[in-house]
Amino acid sequence: MRKHWGLLGIFLVVCIVTALYGKNFLTAYNLMNLVQRTALFSILALGVGFVIGTGGIDLSLGSVVCLVGIAVPWLLIEHGWSPWAVVPIVLAGSALIGLGHGLLITRLRLQPFLVTLCGLLLYRGIARWMTGDQSQGFQGEFAELRSIAVGRIPLPGLEAFRLPATTIPLIVLATVAAIFLTRTVWGRWLLATGSNESAARYSGIPTARLVTGAYVACSLLAGLGGMLFIFDVGSAQPSDFGNFYELYAIAAAVLGGCSLRGGSVSVVGIVLGTATLQVLRNSINLLGLGSQLEFAVIGAVLLAGVAADELVRRWHAARLERRGAG
Amino acid sequence: MVRTILRTRGIGRRFAGVTALDGIEADVRAGEVLAIVGENGAGKSTLLKILSGVLAPSSGSIEEVDEHGHAHELRLRSVAEATQVGIALVHQELNLAEHLDLAGAILLGREHHRFGWLDLRSMHAEAARWLARVGLDLDPSTLCGSLPIAQRQLVEIAKALSANARILILDEPTSSLSARETDRLLAMLDELRRSGVAIVYVSHHLDEVLAIADRAIVLRDGRMAGTLERASMDRATIERLMVGRDLPPTTARPSLGAAPDRLVVDGVVTSHRRRRPASLVVKRGEIVGLAGLVGAGRTELLEAIAGLGHASGTIMLDGRALSGTMAQRVARGLAIVPEDRARHGLFTLDPVRTNVSMAWLPRGAHVGMVDHAGERDLVDGMITRLRLRPSDPARRVQTLSGGNQQKTVLGRWLAVEPSVLLLDEPTRGVDVGARHDIHEAIRAAATTGCAVLFASSDLEEVLLLADRILVMHDGAIAGELARESATEVAIMGLATGGALEAAR
Repeated sequence: MRKHWGLLGIFLVVCIVTALYGKNFLTAYNLMNLVQRTALFSILALGVGFVIGTGGIDLSLGSVVCLVGIAVPWLLIEHGWSPWAVVPIVLAGSALIGLGHGLLITRLRLQPFLVTLCGLLLYRGIARWMTGDQSQGFQGEFAELRSIAVGRIPLPGLEAFRLPATTIPLIVLATVAAIFLTRTVWGRWLLATGSNESAARYSGIPTARLVTGAYVACSLLAGLGGMLFIFDVGSAQPSDFGNFYELYAIAAAVLGGCSLRGGSVSVVGIVLGTATLQVLRNSINLLGLGSQLEFAVIGAVLLAGVAADELVRRWHAARLERRGAG
Repeated sequence: MVRTILRTRGIGRRFAGVTALDGIEADVRAGEVLAIVGENGAGKSTLLKILSGVLAPSSGSIEEVDEHGHAHELRLRSVAEATQVGIALVHQELNLAEHLDLAGAILLGREHHRFGWLDLRSMHAEAARWLARVGLDLDPSTLCGSLPIAQRQLVEIAKALSANARILILDEPTSSLSARETDRLLAMLDELRRSGVAIVYVSHHLDEVLAIADRAIVLRDGRMAGTLERASMDRATIERLMVGRDLPPTTARPSLGAAPDRLVVDGVVTSHRRRRPASLVVKRGEIVGLAGLVGAGRTELLEAIAGLGHASGTIMLDGRALSGTMAQRVARGLAIVPEDRARHGLFTLDPVRTNVSMAWLPRGAHVGMVDHAGERDLVDGMITRLRLRPSDPARRVQTLSGGNQQKTVLGRWLAVEPSVLLLDEPTRGVDVGARHDIHEAIRAAATTGCAVLFASSDLEEVLLLADRILVMHDGAIAGELARESATEVAIMGLATGGALEAAR
């Protein structure tokens, strides 16, 4: 937790400033929305966190969100499939996408950036072609299924604020991810692969399998996220659904202390990073800065965060060197 | 002729509260070679930096002694000031400007000029004089970048002499020289000594120190461990002072008798350019050394056995074929300590603990969960067993000395009690004490039945550690020598392509 004090500080400052100067920040409705968005984006960021942990990157996740998110209402409404078939099929499909990425990267030794950049173009193109670029939605049906995402759980003692149901999958996934990374042999090996892949190979670690696994996890979580997102919003356009989501996820992971060089991932950091980004987006809106500025603000905050992190690291390294000299 | 010209009085240096150097008393005498020896981290570099003006001492002083024996204090605030009083440091990493010609490089900053124009003729004439002084017969208009390393070293020395250096400090001058070039350098230094230059020679090659030094200062943990005069200088004494303990005699190797074959390599063709098959056998409990020149195919062979490179042929472990990925072979009891520990061995930003436990993890795991208590015990035990210093499992391996880094990688594999232990240059860049510890740990592993196969370019190490020596040449095993009958000459004969008979 200690390494997240800086991020926690930024998070609190943004919250306080918005609460003081913005309208409606502390209303139950706004807070519920914030928690909902944080939960949904955190699921995506957790997935890309695994990939970043191996020293890779996944640019395709926004398009996977789109493909899955569009495919769910398309199959349910246009084709009349049963939800019992659709949910497993789209999740299996997204896992397969990740498997494809993993195999191309570990077997063919293609660069992760390249493979997933092609994925980004490919899956969005498929989603648009498949639906004839037509908006897809549930048309008021499948309310029970959608309650996984839109449901609100009443909390004892609180009248207006009810907990968004998406926090439950997030808590489960984050706990599993944290245990995996810090407590299991495979988690240790995954991070070892990220910090020095060749040393990991020479240590007898099955690096190819771990890297492939990370891409499968990433696409699977993107698929799950895409499904929850479409349950949440009800209908979406294939041309813009999930646009830039990969960048929100990567930015949140980096803000949360994951090094793009690989080898270090923090689940707490990822969730806190996502929350900070969502609060920032919210505050730009509430403070009346104009949503055109959104990307600029997020870019500036991310740059400042990463630069501060690097400076702290250098200072720390210099101190170590002085101590170890002679 | 021999008189003291520079003296240090209790020089010390602290970095952020940590003492790197303390109480150094050294006499530098004209016409003498003073050697400074010590393990990595003993304080040699710090002392050199103080003598050459890079660093100021935090305690003690440097005195210059004139011809009447009067001493007065020197306060060197920069390298330029040190140069002015005639102290020149020839760096371990050479830094000649590659694009300059020799005359320009030697007289850098002291160019001859007339009315603002460079006087090239007189510069070349002077440069040629200094080049001749260091035994280089080169045209002063040659570009520095075109010279081999050994000659650049001499140019650096010529440059120092041309700046009127009376005290020449050489930091590991032979680290990139061949044996013949080293001999030539030593001969040249001998001549300089006769002409009255004082030479401070820093090296961890004790052979060179024994060959050239008039006196030697041994440093240990930043302090003076001893000063030796030429008459009392011998390898054992220096090593004892460096390490600070008598290296215990090496464990006697048990006779193997009819031990069963453990590792059998039959007709393995590796990625080595000559594509020649290699075959060998290592018995249970045996230590086999792979000698040979650089590029003979030793690394390729070890990596082929470990499943890290493409190879054909058969490899058997305990009578069963050994194949598949490295992970699968590790599960069968194979271990490999790679040559390049920074690239292939270490997770440098991680602590000793996770580095050591990396390969052991699945053995201690319960349903995939890391056994943290077991890990702690394992790592603590390994630190004691290998005498890893500092004995702190939370220490980042990046901050450890070469010897302790190597112990970390070795510990990772000893932790899984391997059946076959492959090592590529097990003690490269490792100091005497750590080398002894590593050799003993390898012997101990062999005693428990492990088959050890190691490659080393260090003939002394091969002769010291191996029960049996295989010499590789051009991708194949050129010959085999028993420990008793092996000599450096015999090994080199085979390694350079000579026939076994000729080598004898």
